[in-house]
Amino acid sequence: MKRVLVYLKNYKKQLILGPFFKLLEAIFELIVPVVMAKIIDNGIGNNDKAYILKMGAVMVVLGICGLAFALICQYFASQCAYGFGTDLRKALYKHINSLSYSNIDKFGTSTLINRITNDTNSVQTGVNMFIRLAFRAPFLVIGAIIASMLIDLKLSIAFLIITPIISLIIYAVMSHTIPLYKKTQQKLDKTATLTRENLEGTRVIRAFSRQEEEIKNFSIACNELSDNAILAGKISSILNPVTFMIMNLGIVAIIYFGGIRVDSGNISQGDLTAFINYMTQILLALVVLANLIITFTKAIASANRISDIFECQNEIVSGSLKNTDDNSEYSIEFENVSFMYEGAGANSLENINFKIKKGGMLGIIGGTGSGKSTLASLIPRFYEANSGTVTIFGKDIKEYDSEYIRKIVGNVPQKAVLFTGSVRDNMKWADADASDEEIIRALKIAQAWEFVEKLPRKLDTVISQGGKNLSGGQKQRIAIARAFIGNPKIVILDDSTSALDYATDFAFRKAIKENLKDTTIIMISQRATSLKDADTIIVMDDGKAVGTGTHESLLENCEVYNEIYNSQLRNREGE
Amino acid sequence: MFKTLKRVMSYAKPYKLYFIFTVIFALVGVSLSLAVPIFIGKAVDYAVGKGAVEFEGIIKTALVLGVIVLLSTFFQWFMSLCTNKLAYLTIRDIRCDVFAKLERVPVKFIDSKTKGELTSRVINDIEIISDGLLQGFAQLFSGVVTILGTIIFMMLINIKISLFVIILTPLSFIVASKITKLTHDTFVEQSKLRGEMISLTEEMTGNQKIIKAFVYEERAEERFDKINKAFGKIGAKATFYSSVTNPATRFVNGLIYTTVGIVGALSAIGSVGFIGLISIGELTSFLAYANQYTKPFNEISGVVAELQNAVSSAERVFAVLDEEEVPDDSDKEVLEKCDGNLSFRNVGFSYVPEVPLIQDFNLDVKSGQKIAIVGPTGCGKTTIINLLLKFYDIQKGDIIISGKNTDDIARDSLRSTFGMVLQETWIFTGTVKENIAYGKPDASMEEIIKASKAVYAHNFIKRLPNGYDTVISDNSGLSQGQKQLLCIARIMLMNPPLLILDEATSSIDLRTEQQIQKAFEKLMMGKTSFIIAHRLSTIKNADVILVMQSGHILEQGNHNQLIAKGGFYAKLYNSQFAET
Repeated sequence: MKRVLVYLKNYKKQLILGPFFKLLEAIFELIVPVVMAKIIDNGIGNNDKAYILKMGAVMVVLGICGLAFALICQYFASQCAYGFGTDLRKALYKHINSLSYSNIDKFGTSTLINRITNDTNSVQTGVNMFIRLAFRAPFLVIGAIIASMLIDLKLSIAFLIITPIISLIIYAVMSHTIPLYKKTQQKLDKTATLTRENLEGTRVIRAFSRQEEEIKNFSIACNELSDNAILAGKISSILNPVTFMIMNLGIVAIIYFGGIRVDSGNISQGDLTAFINYMTQILLALVVLANLIITFTKAIASANRISDIFECQNEIVSGSLKNTDDNSEYSIEFENVSFMYEGAGANSLENINFKIKKGGMLGIIGGTGSGKSTLASLIPRFYEANSGTVTIFGKDIKEYDSEYIRKIVGNVPQKAVLFTGSVRDNMKWADADASDEEIIRALKIAQAWEFVEKLPRKLDTVISQGGKNLSGGQKQRIAIARAFIGNPKIVILDDSTSALDYATDFAFRKAIKENLKDTTIIMISQRATSLKDADTIIVMDDGKAVGTGTHESLLENCEVYNEIYNSQLRNREGE
Repeated sequence: MFKTLKRVMSYAKPYKLYFIFTVIFALVGVSLSLAVPIFIGKAVDYAVGKGAVEFEGIIKTALVLGVIVLLSTFFQWFMSLCTNKLAYLTIRDIRCDVFAKLERVPVKFIDSKTKGELTSRVINDIEIISDGLLQGFAQLFSGVVTILGTIIFMMLINIKISLFVIILTPLSFIVASKITKLTHDTFVEQSKLRGEMISLTEEMTGNQKIIKAFVYEERAEERFDKINKAFGKIGAKATFYSSVTNPATRFVNGLIYTTVGIVGALSAIGSVGFIGLISIGELTSFLAYANQYTKPFNEISGVVAELQNAVSSAERVFAVLDEEEVPDDSDKEVLEKCDGNLSFRNVGFSYVPEVPLIQDFNLDVKSGQKIAIVGPTGCGKTTIINLLLKFYDIQKGDIIISGKNTDDIARDSLRSTFGMVLQETWIFTGTVKENIAYGKPDASMEEIIKASKAVYAHNFIKRLPNGYDTVISDNSGLSQGQKQLLCIARIMLMNPPLLILDEATSSIDLRTEQQIQKAFEKLMMGKTSFIIAHRLSTIKNADVILVMQSGHILEQGNHNQLIAKGGFYAKLYNSQFAET
């Protein structure tokens, strides 16, 4: 909470002046019934035309002042809320960018997106409403009660009875409807999921001729949704009529008891009118207050969720080294490296040892979940080893500046993700100043230039979100080329040629050998043949390296590798 | 606009009783509530001053007032209940209709739209219709009744003072509509910027790990800040404009109140000749009316804006409902027995008339043969699937299955002869059991387990937290390979005579891939299969190889024929062979 509210610090002025002007307006609003009562008692009572006109003018002036004050308040409120919201979003986004991979795993990216977009919005609305109404509504209630007490203490007891009753009813109804509305929202989400899944599976559903069943399923979900919505509506529709009823029954009571007070000369006829006016005002203010409480509850919940993100800190401490020792023999060395994901029960990597020479190639092979990608992700220090040392160019990885190490390690993730923008924009991710020559060279190595060249606008061709206008293989090739920009010293290819056909895959591997002699390549693959040329191959099985060596030596003494290689060879029999 | 409204209303027809009651209850409830100030005024008139209070009158009026209040409460409550039912039941029907429509339109239509776009029709647009058209209608109606009723009641008290109020009325309208207009433009801009911000955040934060891998943080922040700042600015403006509405209309309301107060007070002392005398009680009633008079104007201007939104949403929804459906062909022949023979005769097809894709294609497939479809990625291999399963109709020639022209076979029957396993696996939210038994919902547990065991899926299913009853969804943590095994089990359970298989290449680990391969082999035993092939062994063992490039069928024949031909396939094969 505090971590969020801190961003209000630049808007103290608005935060104080806003409610202040709102209160002024409310005071003016409360005076109006009093003036009207005066007009009735003094003006009409004394037949004083001049007095009526004078007081009429006073009312107009009160109205104008009220309007002016209200506008000033609304102005401050919107400035403060959106200024605060903008600062908060900026800070939150910056903070999210500082989080480590483990942090990101912990929250999940969809949660992070929600915090930036929805939660900041609801806190922003909360601040806006706070300035505009948090003081006004209670003030109107209390003010109306005090004003009525000043007129007649005994009659004001009616207010002291009715106000809590109305509040209680509002509370009771809302505490019942809020969970129901939440449930309705869940049901709506369910219909949305059903719709999306159905659209994704159009072909499968039709292949199985299950359309009618799907329609039936959907209508069941729809019925649940409408049943819930109707139930919630049933309860919430009690609110307005019942509060209307209690308020007016209160007025009936005031008329009766007020009649007695008028008869005994304690109050005037005009006072009675004022009392009735205040009653109406209290009800309106209470309804506003109730809605305000909902807004605040939402805003506070959002603020707490945002705070959770702010409280989460990147646990990886960056070093300061920003250059590599070019004389070191090895580019990467792992010594007894073990790693466990946060909250996991067992090590994902256990006692990994290997050395790879500068410009060498490391192959990693193994089943899903065997730890291949995990191993590779320790090299750019996305995750920190729990024990053992990772050495890059002769220095402990902890000595390097975190950003620097990620700059010298080019990364091609398993899933080829491209971003909205031109091919050139995408290629410039690693280096904003990359020249076209450099980009084309990288595209050529990745076997991507052949099709990019044929695109209508070449490098300026716009890639839509998610790269929908490219095929899987094309996306993969651009993603590969992207990692070559900025002359990385190490490049990690995480099973990233899966969508390429044989010919392209082969040409690509040949191009790497010819063009990237000084670059250390880490290649994760499913195919033993793809890794045959590697200087060292690590065979991963359940987090352990069950074999490390060259293709030939592994064939001789690694059982798992043999199994993999032979099964793949069998598929190629007859060649 | 009226056509759209009428069409929405046609959906409300089964619930017209609720509609009629809404109108009646609104009329009665609102009128009764409007009568309240009159009786309050009367009661005040009985309390003139010290010793001059007529208690009998007060008690009588109070009793009448109490009854009116109670009645009005109940009618308003009933009105809410009716609108509720009317609204939710109507949109339920529209929503089900749109969904059913999506199941019945040609695949072509769904391919031409994004999934998000269509989902938003079914979910968001229909919610907007509910808020704007149906609930808005109730508000609009009771708003109009309130305004008209107020005017009538005021006239009943004193026509001449009422005229003052009526003359001032346009002021409310002008102020409210001016502000709405002013707000509208900024709101449009605001929601545009919000959309931009959300899509940037989704793209960037959704791929946060890549941002970090490329040290792109600062540039991402710059881009975010730019939109964020613009959004903050326009947001403050839009919020300010919209928040002017309340004070401004309150002010107009105050003016009307003051006018009534002054004119009424002057009349009460008889100094406005042409109006005549009114009582203090009548003045009180007038003031009460003046107080609530402008409130419905605000509501109506709000409702009108929502109504416009709702109409455009309804138009989008109806556009989907107006799409042409795949014609019903259940009267066509049912393929009872399929011998597995299949032929293409002079088949021609293209997605767009200007770009011919498949021309004069001929192929004879004998029962049990394997047809491998090969070619570079994105060569249009899915086109074959689209044609075989009649997701798209061929434009020329015939496809003949089991001696029958597919044009004469009912679509459902034709599709049930095929088993299809795609690389893009489809897992829906439900249990493992439900997912496997998708094509055969009445399958017994034994059958399901047998099919799973046959395709090597049983072992991993067993290890899931609740075994076959584990609820899974597309992103519930199953690996791509496991998902594909489930899809294969789905087909295994059906055991159709014809198969279409997509050999997986991406992100499947070796052991699973071997299992899938073995599962495929089991599945293919004795069946005619079309395989989108990536493995050399599959390709070489195929009876016919179709070589495709950019949608066209380039070459066809078996391995030896194609090698001898020395064309595209030979080149492809040699490049692979040269490596080892």
